[in-house]
Amino acid sequence: MATITQTWRRVRRKELSAAAAEVGVEAGAETPTVEPPTFEIAPNDPLLAYLQSAGGAVEVDRLELDSPAVTALRAAGVSLVVPLVSQGELIGTLNLGPRLSDQQYSTDDKKLLDNLAAQAAPALQVAELVRKQAAEAASRERIEQELRVATLIQQNFLPRELPDLPGWQVDAYYKPAREVGGDFYDFFELDTGEVAVVIGDVTDKGVPAAMVMAAARSVLRASGSRIVSPGDVLRRVNDLLVPDIPDRMFVTCLYAVVDPATGRIRFANAGHNLPIARTAGGTVELRATGMPLGLLPDMEYEEVEAVLAPGESLLLYSDGITEAHGDGREMFGTDRLAEHVTGAGADLIDGVLTSLERFTGGGWEQEDDITIVTLRRTGVAAGPVPAPPIQASFSVPSRPGNEREAMARVADAVAPLSLPPEQLERLRTAVSEAAMNAIEHGNLGREELPIEIEVVAADGVLTVRISDLGRGEPAGEAEVPDLEAKLNGLQKSRGWGLFLIEQMVDELRVHDEPGRHTVELVLHLEGEDDGNG
Amino acid sequence: MATAELEARVRDDGGSVAIELIGDIDGRAEAALDAAYAQVADAGEVLLDFSRVEYINSTGIALIVGVLAQARKNGQSLSAAGLSNHYREIFEITRLADFMTIVEDREGTA
Repeated sequence: MATITQTWRRVRRKELSAAAAEVGVEAGAETPTVEPPTFEIAPNDPLLAYLQSAGGAVEVDRLELDSPAVTALRAAGVSLVVPLVSQGELIGTLNLGPRLSDQQYSTDDKKLLDNLAAQAAPALQVAELVRKQAAEAASRERIEQELRVATLIQQNFLPRELPDLPGWQVDAYYKPAREVGGDFYDFFELDTGEVAVVIGDVTDKGVPAAMVMAAARSVLRASGSRIVSPGDVLRRVNDLLVPDIPDRMFVTCLYAVVDPATGRIRFANAGHNLPIARTAGGTVELRATGMPLGLLPDMEYEEVEAVLAPGESLLLYSDGITEAHGDGREMFGTDRLAEHVTGAGADLIDGVLTSLERFTGGGWEQEDDITIVTLRRTGVAAGPVPAPPIQASFSVPSRPGNEREAMARVADAVAPLSLPPEQLERLRTAVSEAAMNAIEHGNLGREELPIEIEVVAADGVLTVRISDLGRGEPAGEAEVPDLEAKLNGLQKSRGWGLFLIEQMVDELRVHDEPGRHTVELVLHLEGEDDGNG
Repeated sequence: MATAELEARVRDDGGSVAIELIGDIDGRAEAALDAAYAQVADAGEVLLDFSRVEYINSTGIALIVGVLAQARKNGQSLSAAGLSNHYREIFEITRLADFMTIVEDREGTA
């Protein structure tokens, strides 16, 4: 036993003096004065495959491989390479120089070394794994810590309360993505009795973005309280941010000043998504031009004015909504947003989020921060009293004749609106025809398939949506039936349904998505005298 | 929801004949309407009385178009009475009113 130990010692010492060792093998307690060199074996070097399957110590002199690693080993004076293999994986080698006695390594020597390698290899593998995991955990913890700080900064600077504006309903929604982005919004009162409304988005994520957001918010507040014109506020904020903002970072921002008494809104825009106004005349994007903040000094910001009448709303939002992707990788987009703003009920935020959810589908991982701020002028100082909001939904089995039930239930739902009798009759006919199409064509008259009906009235607009499962052929455009052709047998006598619906309502919209066909009937409630569409 | 399958009664008081329509004019009204029309196919003038009709849908419109087509083929003149304002509007929109005389509507204004 003593001899064996002796042999190993000598081998080891020799190895150290020959200055040949392998990665991961600690030099040991022999107080080495030189760090043993490290051999890198290229992944495509034939030596790798050879060692992997060698099954024991390999004498370098006997190797006949065209291998740069073998050449390097020879040059370093290595005569024996012991592969360290654990679970079939080569995790290192033990490299030894010639024996001090100048004799060949004996079979016993090699057996001893092989035994040693068999035990060292798994131990090394475990150690390596532990080291790697510890490093990963530390880096993960660092990132999470940074995200916590960023979230904290960001949320601390978002308003805790919504402003209480007489005659206005103000709502805000903010949902950070998993990795915090740089969205923010803010409200503050001005000496003039007006209220400043801000929505913005800092490029980039994490702590730097949160810091820039905090800075932007502060200078916006400071400038906003001193300067009256929104365009001048953004110009001033831009000039303050440009020198300090980190490279490649900038802030988009919409800054609006609302006069609660008159409904007047003055705003300027630094490259942010355009606000959407929902008015009696339809949905419009309010356009004002200007560069994002922090990019270039001495920028000018266009200032635009709009007036919201009672019942009208303004929607400010961030690109987390419009750039959300649906199943088909298509983006939600501004057009779709505007369309849903038109169709949404009194609760705009809820309406927009619901349509976004429907668009992205279940299991969607939010890609960016989502921020929505809505201002609705409820004041009734002038003009007709807005009708009470109504929201109802129900479904009806697809049994022929059930269009009558759909018609009756819609009529019940809209009873609080006290529609003029003619308008109610037109609505009843339109609902009945649309429900009949849904039952007979969309759901092929199969009783187990329901048609769904939703009734929403808000802000002077009554919307009835009738959805089927889209099983039949699409109905196509409502063509104008030609009665003379029908009377002369040139057109079949049927084919009045869609045409009638179109004549009965102010707007008829059709939405198709896989497995769902929706007909949307829209009636304008106020100043209504053009029901013939 | 109470629905009433159409009943169509023929009323003949000498010179003019009328079909009195009672109930709903929808897909289920076809047999009643055809049977009633068959009885008046020889008359010179036919009045359709809608006073007791509460509901007409697009299928019902198609049936009325069918009756109108037969009447024209037979050289008859067709008129309609007792339409509510709403259905009178629909007769105008569909241009049925251009091919039959609207005698008087339910509210009594011709």
